[in-house]
Amino acid sequence: MRITEQQPGVSKRYIDQTSVSKRMDGRKITNTVFKTLFFMATLVALLVLGILFYRILSQGLGFLSADFFQNFASRFPEKAGIKAALVGSLWLMAVVAPVSMFLGIGTAIYLEEYAKKNRVNDFIRMNISNLAGVPSVVFGLLGLTIFVRALALGNSILAAGFTMSLLILPVIIVAAQEAIRAVPQHVREASYGMGATKWQTITRVVLPSAIPGILTGSILALSRAIGETAPLIVIGVPVIIHFLPTGVMDTFTALPMQIYDWAKRPQADFQQVASAGIIVLMAFLLLMNSIAVLIRNKFQKRY
Amino acid sequence: MVNPTTRERASVQELIAKAGNNKRKKVIEKIIPIILFLIAGVSVLTTIGIVATLIFETVTFFRQVSLLSFIFGTEWLPFSNKEPKFGILPLIVGTLKITLIAVVVAVPIGLAAAIYLSEYASDNARRVIKPVLEVLAGVPTIVYGFFALTFVTPVLQTIIPDLKIFNALSPGIVVGFMIIPMIASLSEDAMSAVPNAMREGALAMGATKFEVAMKVVLPAALSGILASVVLATSRAIGETMIVSLAGGSTPRFDADFTGSIQTMTAYIVQVSTGDAGYGTPIYYSIYAVGFTLFLFTLLMNFLASRITKRFREAY
Repeated sequence: MRITEQQPGVSKRYIDQTSVSKRMDGRKITNTVFKTLFFMATLVALLVLGILFYRILSQGLGFLSADFFQNFASRFPEKAGIKAALVGSLWLMAVVAPVSMFLGIGTAIYLEEYAKKNRVNDFIRMNISNLAGVPSVVFGLLGLTIFVRALALGNSILAAGFTMSLLILPVIIVAAQEAIRAVPQHVREASYGMGATKWQTITRVVLPSAIPGILTGSILALSRAIGETAPLIVIGVPVIIHFLPTGVMDTFTALPMQIYDWAKRPQADFQQVASAGIIVLMAFLLLMNSIAVLIRNKFQKRY
Repeated sequence: MVNPTTRERASVQELIAKAGNNKRKKVIEKIIPIILFLIAGVSVLTTIGIVATLIFETVTFFRQVSLLSFIFGTEWLPFSNKEPKFGILPLIVGTLKITLIAVVVAVPIGLAAAIYLSEYASDNARRVIKPVLEVLAGVPTIVYGFFALTFVTPVLQTIIPDLKIFNALSPGIVVGFMIIPMIASLSEDAMSAVPNAMREGALAMGATKFEVAMKVVLPAALSGILASVVLATSRAIGETMIVSLAGGSTPRFDADFTGSIQTMTAYIVQVSTGDAGYGTPIYYSIYAVGFTLFLFTLLMNFLASRITKRFREAY
């Protein structure tokens, strides 16, 4: 049967206008109802964030005093302070930032500029994306076995720093890869055309224009490392410390460890101390994220 | 640098020839790729380190405890003085309870947010909401754990009077909120990748935006959406701090959501904060549990990458 041939006597309209217009109102209402539902679901997520911030600020602000920053941990909530944890977290960052950025940017340069498409490099890429999915507590087990025990670093800043560096390495690699990829090929070609070698092109042309993106990604990754608790617990980082570390081989404590310890205590006052600690941690994170956004907006080149 | 005022200024061509002949430069060009390759190898070494550590210590554990009683045992009593029992099933059940609640909370809300952002929201609304969702994703899990313990549990207790202080419900819901941004942003990426021509085609046929979203965009972005859900599930399985703070430490093999539970991750934390002697079965048990956890998340990540590969629609 040929489709084009009209059958005689059948004057069936393919679109029945009355039935369409009958259903139109219902369809429009469905659309509006679901639009509202979708919007409200989005609001729920934002609302939770609002409640969380409100709760922590209202509980913790009262305990945020100058003493809170100058005191060490204590059995008494009113005397408890965050000094050791704050300084410890800074020490931790001093190890994590250079180690993870060196490894992350190096890997990204290799994968984007040198790696040919072969099995070994495919394996490295696949491995990085798998590593990003490993739970942080498992990284803690790695750190405990390799850094704390096998390399005998103990529960030092260095052992924790290495563990955290490996934990955020995939994030930094991916961020640096994207930043390097965003540098257009013709800029490289121009550099080669001037007689520059590959490494000269990378260090003097590609990296300078990729560095804002790399820094932004790295700072965001570092802010994840500051808030991570589980690997530190597994490594055996202590909570109650009454001295400040003087070198990378010293034991230390960190902000999330201190908060964890306060949060676990049954006394109601310690809940407020924990909130105060969380405010300090969140302020720290907010500061880092602002810096990251600032770098992104100010220095990012667009081609 | 060549000073431009010098009388004998070298031509560009000479400079290039000179640069090409520099021996040191040639050596650098040879060595750099090798060094970078070694750096890239660190990530591979990390994976090998994780797998080797877990296998090695787990094997030691199974010299002390039988493998069968570990896999099929329904009692996890490692601290018992008389007869310690290492049956992993209660810990797995605890983990699955949390994961189930989290997915039930996060998938509808996350998908709804993704549809709103990708199909309905104005550019301005998107510009405000997306960064806030990113903040939600950046909140440290210890903060969520504290929130679950001190706010969500008391609120839930006014609704369900039977609810214990430590339970599965409260941390499950909070883990759900933690993974919402992940589902929302990954799914939104997948939906935004659906070409506008397809939407416009449907709209021109008289479809409403809701019909476009459900019948055109969702099916086209299905692989990305599924992958986001699987990845978020993997995150929920591996989540540690929320469940150790608010979930309790009672490994139980039942279907009760109102009482104290223990997940695989929370057990590792419990042993790490206590002082289990090095070399005892308890010490090695955290590796066996960690290995099981690792296998679970590896499976989920593998599944996610299979989904994206198999169902990817190219436009």
